[in-house]
Parts: sequence; structure tokens; C-alpha cells
Amino acid sequence: MQLSRKKLLILPLLLAAVAPAPAAAQTAADAMFTVNNTWMLVATLLVFMMHLGFSFLEVGLTQSKNTVNILFKNVSIIAIGLLTYAIVGFNLMYPGEFSIGGFFGFAGFGIGTDAAGLTAEYSEGYTYWTDFIFQAMFAATAATIVSGAVAERIRLASFLVFATVYVGLVYPFVGSWKWGGGWLDEMGFYDFAGSTLVHSVGGWAALAGVFLLGPRLGKYVNGRIHPIPGHSLPLAAAGMFLLWFGWFGFNGGSVLSADPGLVSLVFVTTSLAASAGIITAMLTTWTVQKHPDLSMVLNGALAGLVGITAGADVVSVMGAVIIGGVAGVLVVFSVMLFDRIKMDDPVGAISVHLTCGIWGTLAVGIFSPDHSFFTQLIGVAAYGAFALTSAFVIFSVIKATMGLRVSEEDERRGLDLAEHNMEAYPDYQIVITR
Amino acid sequence: MKLVIAYIQPAALHKVKQALTDVGVGRMSVANAQGVGQQGGYTESYRGADLEIVLRKKVRLEIAVNDDFVERTREAIIEGARTGNFGDGVIFVVELVACYRIRTGESGSPAVG
Repeated sequence: MQLSRKKLLILPLLLAAVAPAPAAAQTAADAMFTVNNTWMLVATLLVFMMHLGFSFLEVGLTQSKNTVNILFKNVSIIAIGLLTYAIVGFNLMYPGEFSIGGFFGFAGFGIGTDAAGLTAEYSEGYTYWTDFIFQAMFAATAATIVSGAVAERIRLASFLVFATVYVGLVYPFVGSWKWGGGWLDEMGFYDFAGSTLVHSVGGWAALAGVFLLGPRLGKYVNGRIHPIPGHSLPLAAAGMFLLWFGWFGFNGGSVLSADPGLVSLVFVTTSLAASAGIITAMLTTWTVQKHPDLSMVLNGALAGLVGITAGADVVSVMGAVIIGGVAGVLVVFSVMLFDRIKMDDPVGAISVHLTCGIWGTLAVGIFSPDHSFFTQLIGVAAYGAFALTSAFVIFSVIKATMGLRVSEEDERRGLDLAEHNMEAYPDYQIVITR
Repeated sequence: MKLVIAYIQPAALHKVKQALTDVGVGRMSVANAQGVGQQGGYTESYRGADLEIVLRKKVRLEIAVNDDFVERTREAIIEGARTGNFGDGVIFVVELVACYRIRTGESGSPAVG
């Protein structure tokens, strides 16, 4: 990367020596466009990796008898996300023109572009195709957030129907309000990389799903909480590291160019927030829960990352540390709170993505002098109202028609056998005897 | 003294342990096992072909009891594990010749507890 950049920079300089000034400027601009676009494609790869991270995290924090099912959902979601985004999502999220005053717009089905779309005429940061695929990776991550919260008891078909409708239609529709230039954007609401647009949108849906599904069997019995431990903390930890790795692209790519100053700043704020989240989650779990719980610390890292996602490019280093640190504390208490109100979330998705997504969005209003807390609050409320309501409606319709939850017997046998008729670990027996 | 060996469904373990505790049987050994009885095996699928699974997951309990406890132990296990379906399991009662507590060196009925 270093070497080729030097070569690219030398080229325009050499040409400038022999060519008249305007042509040199043109070539330098071309070089910059290529650099920007290349970085955006690398960022796309990093966001793609997050799906691997989510897969590992969810598999690690759930029982081995449901592992095939979890993986199946994660594999399906990337496909559903990308395809629906191509068919309808991209043009719903970026309609260009709004038909109903900054609220709704649709630029037509399918994706495609002319020659201008492949050049800096489209954007100085990326081609049309790069724009599409980068944003498409984001769409898929919103659905994946839900899959962890509803794990181990949702019917596969029901989940896939939900994900298709929610990611296909709801996510891009509400996303247009800010990133598509809609009414919230005009109001000054700010969400750099998606604390609200991606994480809380996924989190609200997870909340609706968990509420309508009910807890896993045996989780809350006789007023006591019976933990159902995940079967592989190594996988869960690997998942966290992969997600952090991918977040460099999630936030770094949201700069929408290879601007050295902004991208490098974002790398720093992102990582410091994650680190702060780990430390405060560690301190919180060590004291409040008496022992340092690894799964809580993993959630803490992700909480910090979600928290900084709204303002990674506009807050100071100190701001990033505080935002991540607060998120690390919030996530621990949020996980415990949801357990106490009998909202069973196997991986802590609601606490990480919803609780800290809201916090991160509001934090922009606190830590960035250019943004108003009140406007951030309006945005959080607007997204909350619509996302929660629509998720609730979709899940309810599914529940009333095809059913939402597997039978008791299927849940006991494990979804791997019940829904897929296969096992994740046929070679060796992991049997839970509790 | 008798050794009560019971093979039950893994899902029944929680209820069986609770039922045993309720009748005063708190000491036991639990192990994972595989087995098959009247329930028979089942078929899984893998890449287009059927996979015959002959042995199912079981849980084995081994409980050493004095003779006067055998009855209530048997009843507690049945109460916790019976569903009426094939695969509920089986209980063996074996004569226990001797029993020693490692910590104290006690033997016989007091060691059984």
C-alpha cells in the first residue's frame, strides 16, 4: 500500500514536469479518485468480514445444538441483504429526489449506471458500483443484529421472512431520512457510520423479536434466572476481534474517501472507544458481578464500537474514550436489566446495539460542538418509533400466520436436528447435562 | 447396599435431580452416554444422502443407596423421567458389595450416606 501510493504520487509529479499545468491537475485528480475508490473497496471488504465476526460471536455464545441454525441464518442474511439492496434497497435509501418531502423517495428497481458512474463525475470518493457494494454490506449487518437476539427458538423460515422484509424495505426507507439526504439530514441530525441507522435499527427489531418470541425454555424459572451458557468462548472472542477488525472499514469507509486526516482520525477514535469499552466493562463486571466475565468484556468492546460509530469523525480523542467508556458500563447494566425483565437475549445484541446505539447518537450532541443534543434526540426518537413499530408489526403478522417460535420439543432437541436434520459437531459429543 | 444405575433422556436430568433431592437422595454420579433401546435410531441428512444415527444421546446416573432407599430412589427417577414416550429410559439395580469414603476411610452403610 505504501509503495504503490508513492508510485501514484510520483507519476503526476513527473507528468507535471513535462505537461502543462491543467493536465497535471487532471491526472492528480484521477490518481486521487483511484486512491479513494481503492480505500472504499478495502473498507467494503472489512465490513464484509464483520459477518464472519457476527457468525463466530453468535455461535460461541449459544448452545452447540443450535450451531448449524445460527450459521445458516448468518449465511442467508448476507445473501438476502445484498440482493434486496440491489433490487430495491439502494434506490430506496438514496432516491436522489424525494417524492414526499424528505420522507420517502424511490429511484427505481435494480442497479445500473452509465459511463459517468465509473468516474469522479459520480463522486470524488468512489464509483457507482463501489457506492452500491459498500452500502450493501451495511444493510446486511442490520439484519444480523436481530439473528443473535432471537437465536435458539425462532423458526428459520419466520426469521428469513422477517429479515427479507425488514432489511429489504424498512432499513433503506428509514436510512434515506439521513444518509439519503432526507428530512433528518436537513434538520442537522448526525450519524457518521450508523449508530442509529444500522445499530439501533437492528436493535429495535431485536427488541420486538425478543418480546414477541418469549424467552428460551428454562431460562426464567420460579423467579430465578438460569443462565444458558454459550458453548465456545474462544469462538466468541474470535468473533469480537473480527468485528473490531471489520469496524476499521465500517467507520473508516464512512469517511467516503481516503482523506488521510479523517480516516486516520477515525481509526484512532474507533479503537480508543473499543478499548475504553473493554476497560469499563471489565471494571463493572469485576465489581458488580464479582468476577470478571469474559462475555461481558466482549460485549463491552462492541458497545464501545457501536457508541463511537455515530461520531467517530467529529469527536475528540477524549470524547471517544468517554463515549466508549460509558458504553462499556451501560452494556453490562443493560444486559442485567433485560434479564430481570425476562427479555431473553442470548448474545446481548439489544444491549450492545440498541442501548449503546442510542447512547452513541446522543453523545454526538454532547461531545461535538457543531451538533445539537436535541436534534440527535429527535432522530433517535423518530427512528425508534418507526423501527420498533414496523418490526413489531412484521413479527406480529408472521406470528399470527406462519408462527414465530419452534415447538417445545424442537427447542429441546436443538434447532440443528429439528430444522436442519443435521449436527454441527457430529464427530464428538458435546452434551449438556444441567 | 445397592447401586442404582439409570439411563435417561438428557432433557429429563433436571427434573430427575430435583425429584431425587426432594426424597433425600442428594449424592449421585452423572455421565454422558450413548445408547439405544426400543426407541431405535433416527436419520439425519448430509449433502443429499441419509445418515443413519443408531445411538442416541443419553445420561447415565449412578446412585449408591442403602437398601431402604432403593424404593424412593426408583420412584423419584421415574417421576422425573417418565414422559410416556419411547426413550424414557431404564433403571438397573445392582448389588453393591462394598463402599468406602476416601476422605475418612468409612465403609459400609455410613459411607453410602
